Amino acid sequence: MQDEPSPIELTKSVADFLRNDISPLITGHQAFKLRVAINILDLVTRQLTREEDSDAAEVGRLRALLGIDGSVTELNRVLADRIAKGELDLATPGLADHLWATTMDKLAVDQPNYASYRRELGRGW
Amino acid sequence: MIEAELSRSVQRWCKGATGATSAAKLSGGASQETWRFDIVHPDGVIGAILRRSPKGYGAAPTRAAGLAAEAQLMQLAFEAGVPSPRVMHVLVPEDDLGTGFIMQRIEGETIARKILRDGEYAAARPLLARQIGGILAGLHWLPKDKLPELRSRGATQEISEFERDYRSLNWPKPVFELALRWLRDHDPGPSAETTLVHGDFRNGNLIIGADGVRAVLDWELAHLGDPMEDLGWVCVNSWRFGEIDKPVGGFGSREELFAGYEAAGRKVDPARVKFWEVMGTLRWGIMCGGMMQRFREGPDHSMERAMIGRRASETEIDLLRLLAPRGS
Repeated sequence: MQDEPSPIELTKSVADFLRNDISPLITGHQAFKLRVAINILDLVTRQLTREEDSDAAEVGRLRALLGIDGSVTELNRVLADRIAKGELDLATPGLADHLWATTMDKLAVDQPNYASYRRELGRGW
Repeated sequence: MIEAELSRSVQRWCKGATGATSAAKLSGGASQETWRFDIVHPDGVIGAILRRSPKGYGAAPTRAAGLAAEAQLMQLAFEAGVPSPRVMHVLVPEDDLGTGFIMQRIEGETIARKILRDGEYAAARPLLARQIGGILAGLHWLPKDKLPELRSRGATQEISEFERDYRSLNWPKPVFELALRWLRDHDPGPSAETTLVHGDFRNGNLIIGADGVRAVLDWELAHLGDPMEDLGWVCVNSWRFGEIDKPVGGFGSREELFAGYEAAGRKVDPARVKFWEVMGTLRWGIMCGGMMQRFREGPDHSMERAMIGRRASETEIDLLRLLAPRGS
């Protein structure tokens, strides 16, 4: 077991430092690049915070859908392959719900302000 | 440095011009650059844009029409009354500037978020969806016998091409697989009519002023195909920049777009438009994957590229909203 503070806390402290102390000092193209850098750190923080739980839930759904066990990467490969072969489609019970849940979990990390995501979130998840 | 070549060039073909100043690069990858500059003239400065492939970068990427074709298309569009910059000069070897062309610079805004939010465009915004319909009709009316040589692409070929691009990424995405299946199942086949297709007509590639669309830019993906492709692409959610209830670039409704198109004497096929919107959404998603690959494999190891890779999930939620809407 590694010591604390956790990676989440460490990454967040760097992002906050850049946001609060450095960005007021920088202008022009470098300011744009700095915003991108801060966005990356924020994304990493969100992923570190959420990934364990969302992956576990995803694996649970994939096992039920596919009837096999494996890592989240392996199971996603199998799912992609079965959809490509036409063995699973939107008529398959649980597939649409699974894809929605998985996609919502991705947006929560990648682009939580994306308008389509906000709209769907407002419908209740 | 480039000003010296530009100065010599403009003096050869722009009557009365004495030189070129204020050259600044606006954008550019390795093979294509866009520069702005001013032509110095006794009657006043003339704003100009140079689009070029520097020397040694003659060949266009596979999907691109090429700069010579771009120049020809823009000039044809200009002559037909489609908002377009006038092409002033096609580069020749004596210019020593590579290959490409010089066109009139049109003032206005291309940054989609500003166009959608700034007060300056508030009066224009509600008119844009319909206006865009008319412009697309004008573009699709361009006489085929005058067009430069262009690649020809129908729905079936495009599906295969995107599938190949996607598989080459080795990036298994169940939602993309679902979209590919949907596209195959809904492939409308060859269109009754083949026309010029702009290929990248969207919010972000239009110069807009308080009076509406002033110019259509970025003709590099022009090809021959189904005219409905342009109507579908302009509706892709990625180009609505948050205004998700206004499908046409965040400006207005499909009905307005279609009305503008049909008022110019052309027919809309809404099912085909929807097909191309799904295709376009997937297309942008796969392009995000391409950015990720370019970041990972090194040619452009920038943070911006990396983050565009993380935007593929935006197209996944948009594909689900199109193909498996919730609560329906």
